[in-house]
Amino acid sequence: MRGIPFSALLGMTVTALFFLAALLAPWIAPYGMAEIVGDVWEPASADFWLGTDNLGRDLLTRMIYGGQTTIFVASMATAVSFCLGSILGFTAAVYGGLTDQVMSRVNDLVMSIPTLIFALVVLSVMPVTLPVLILVMGLLDSTRVFRLSRAVAVDINVMDYVEAARLRGEGQRWVIFREILPNALSPLVAELGLRFIFAILFISTLSFLGLGIQPPEADWGGIVKENREGIVYGIPAALIPAVAIVTLSISVNLVADWALNRTTSLKGGRGG
Amino acid sequence: MADTLLDIRNLRIEATVYAPGEKPRNAVIVDDVSLSLERGKVMGLIGESGAGKSTIGLAALSYGRGGIRLTGGEVLLNGRQIRGASSATLRSLRGKEVTYVAQSAAAAFNPAKKLMEQVIEATLHHGVLSQAEAEARAVELFRTLSLPDPENFGKRYPHQVSGGQLQRAMTAMALCPKPDLVIFDEPTTALDVTTQIDVLAAIKTAIAETGVAALYITHDLAVVAQVSDEIMVLRSGKMVEHGSVQQIIEAPREDYTRALVSVRQIDHAEKAPAAEPLLRAENVTARYGAMSKDVLSNVSVELYAGQTLALVGESGSGKSTMARVITGLLPPRAGEITFDGKPLPRALKDRSRDELRELQMIYQMADVAMNPRQTVATIIGRPLEFYFGLRGRARDERVQELLDAIELGQGFADRYPAELSGGQKQRVCIARALAAKPKMIICDEVTSALDPLVADGILKLLLDLQAREGVAYLFITHDIATVRAIADSIAVMYQGRVQRYGTKTEVLAPPFDDYTDLLLSSVPEMEIGWLERVLSSRKMASAGN
Repeated sequence: MRGIPFSALLGMTVTALFFLAALLAPWIAPYGMAEIVGDVWEPASADFWLGTDNLGRDLLTRMIYGGQTTIFVASMATAVSFCLGSILGFTAAVYGGLTDQVMSRVNDLVMSIPTLIFALVVLSVMPVTLPVLILVMGLLDSTRVFRLSRAVAVDINVMDYVEAARLRGEGQRWVIFREILPNALSPLVAELGLRFIFAILFISTLSFLGLGIQPPEADWGGIVKENREGIVYGIPAALIPAVAIVTLSISVNLVADWALNRTTSLKGGRGG
Repeated sequence: MADTLLDIRNLRIEATVYAPGEKPRNAVIVDDVSLSLERGKVMGLIGESGAGKSTIGLAALSYGRGGIRLTGGEVLLNGRQIRGASSATLRSLRGKEVTYVAQSAAAAFNPAKKLMEQVIEATLHHGVLSQAEAEARAVELFRTLSLPDPENFGKRYPHQVSGGQLQRAMTAMALCPKPDLVIFDEPTTALDVTTQIDVLAAIKTAIAETGVAALYITHDLAVVAQVSDEIMVLRSGKMVEHGSVQQIIEAPREDYTRALVSVRQIDHAEKAPAAEPLLRAENVTARYGAMSKDVLSNVSVELYAGQTLALVGESGSGKSTMARVITGLLPPRAGEITFDGKPLPRALKDRSRDELRELQMIYQMADVAMNPRQTVATIIGRPLEFYFGLRGRARDERVQELLDAIELGQGFADRYPAELSGGQKQRVCIARALAAKPKMIICDEVTSALDPLVADGILKLLLDLQAREGVAYLFITHDIATVRAIADSIAVMYQGRVQRYGTKTEVLAPPFDDYTDLLLSSVPEMEIGWLERVLSSRKMASAGN
């Protein structure tokens, strides 16, 4: 743990707290997820630490369960986008030529459509369930990962050790997973943190627009949506999820920044 | 002494080292080095990489590269202490009293500005000369350095001139402000032998005509013997020996100096050609992609089992392309390659696993020839697994056998490439090639990135392995001294053609054609006055001019 800057340690601690709260939601939440326990928009008190929401549910409970959903969906979508994007990106780089051209141009085509609009169109014709949501988000995000991993792999693909593997007669699978992947891991790990935050923002946006997580399930975007009218009357309920999103974003980015700094100086072992 | 220009006394230089997996620690880069240089004299600083020669050179400007600290001793320039002088003082003397010529001129010039602007920039900045005077002086220097068309040379951009010319332009830049001292930091190392000799001659003339003093830094003793008055031999930041050129070359006192002087003197008698060649290339012609010019045309060579064929030539002569054709990375446009009596499929993907196994390759840059994320055991063990299906204990034992064969021994299997020295890396690459039990290994400039003594070790190892395993080498190099040490037959390549081909004694015996003569005569010899002797007896100008 020595040598880790304070900012990264802080980021790691806060991120870990968020993930723990999400995992342990049923045990640490003071009330039931959709249980109505008080008046509408009660202020913070000993019973309700963050007050109650527009239906009289405990806001802290909603935040904890909301965090669970939001973080789960964002993690899964990020995982899908990374698996898909990096494997396709490496494949394009290793095969090159026409394969690369076709894959890259199709990727450009998908990227040229604004992500949010694309997601809204797809989700309005499909049943909004968790797997569909995760898949749509993952697919759309994988285009960015594809670009990054292809660019990194093209660079590694011309190294002498990859040529040596080819001369040995190794198949493309060995080249991709044993020669290129370990050396491309550093920039990808750094990108992972950033993509995760974008996924959280994306799922929150979708929920706010009503196409994400459906009530009575809780999620941070949904909580903003449910309580947005309270802002007019000076009720801060809608701002609490925003604070949570900001806190988590900054924490994860602190960790990602540190990972990025650490890994660019190594550059996959080159020039370190 | 009245005319002492630079006086370095008990210089100590330290730096912080960040070794992987260790705490940062302080390391002494240069320890207790003293030298004094008189006005108008040239001193050569020589040593292998890490000897601290460049660091001492830069210390004469009171400059330390990132993280380097000049922690002790004195640096007196014109009687003034400049170690720890204020940055204003240093600014006024760098580029005026002391100037610097870097190894890579291509990286040192701004590609967006014309040469003249850059050559006279420091001179104008220090107000030594007016614009017109500086330009006139630059043209004069271009002429002294025998650059083509000196009046208009400065109007070109860096990419419009050759590497050798750029190196001379940088020398002009350094000499323009009429400095007292010039630091030459490996000015000819990155150049072809045939170009090196011209640049060397130009630098020598310019030093003589301007009467400037110089520190000449290089790892090549033969080169420094041509230009210097005195030589200082350095090793690991300490002075080994200091003396006149004559004394160092003819009567070295220390063992290390003696080793440097006698480098590349491996005796290797050539073997007689066998009946059937192992590899036969007939009329091979090749080009890259949509290029309109052939990089190789009608190349025919033969290599016998257990012997070494050297492909010699300068950069761009097509020798590495020949390796790519033989390995199948670049299928030839015409011609036939026969290996072990059978025609070899043109493209890599059509070759069988055995055909791939029998033909291995070792690269110039061992750094990038090994996956930095694999241990030595994986690097050497993979061919064993891949070709022979060896696993577990059997594989580990064979890996250790190979490590012993390359003289590395215990404790190397779990290391990563970053934890090896340059020579050790190249040895691991040799072991990886040997692991496949090949009949032939292509060695692409395997010693040119190494220090002379380390390179000597690698050559001896290769010869030793050839005697034991009976493997044939196709040895690609630009260095005739290496060829003399290792080859049985030689093919001299020039502009994609074989210029001269035969056994070693045939090729290296007169009468020579013009190009072979140029190439052979350009190799610096450990002899004072060699440069003048060669320049007066040449038949052909080198491509760099």
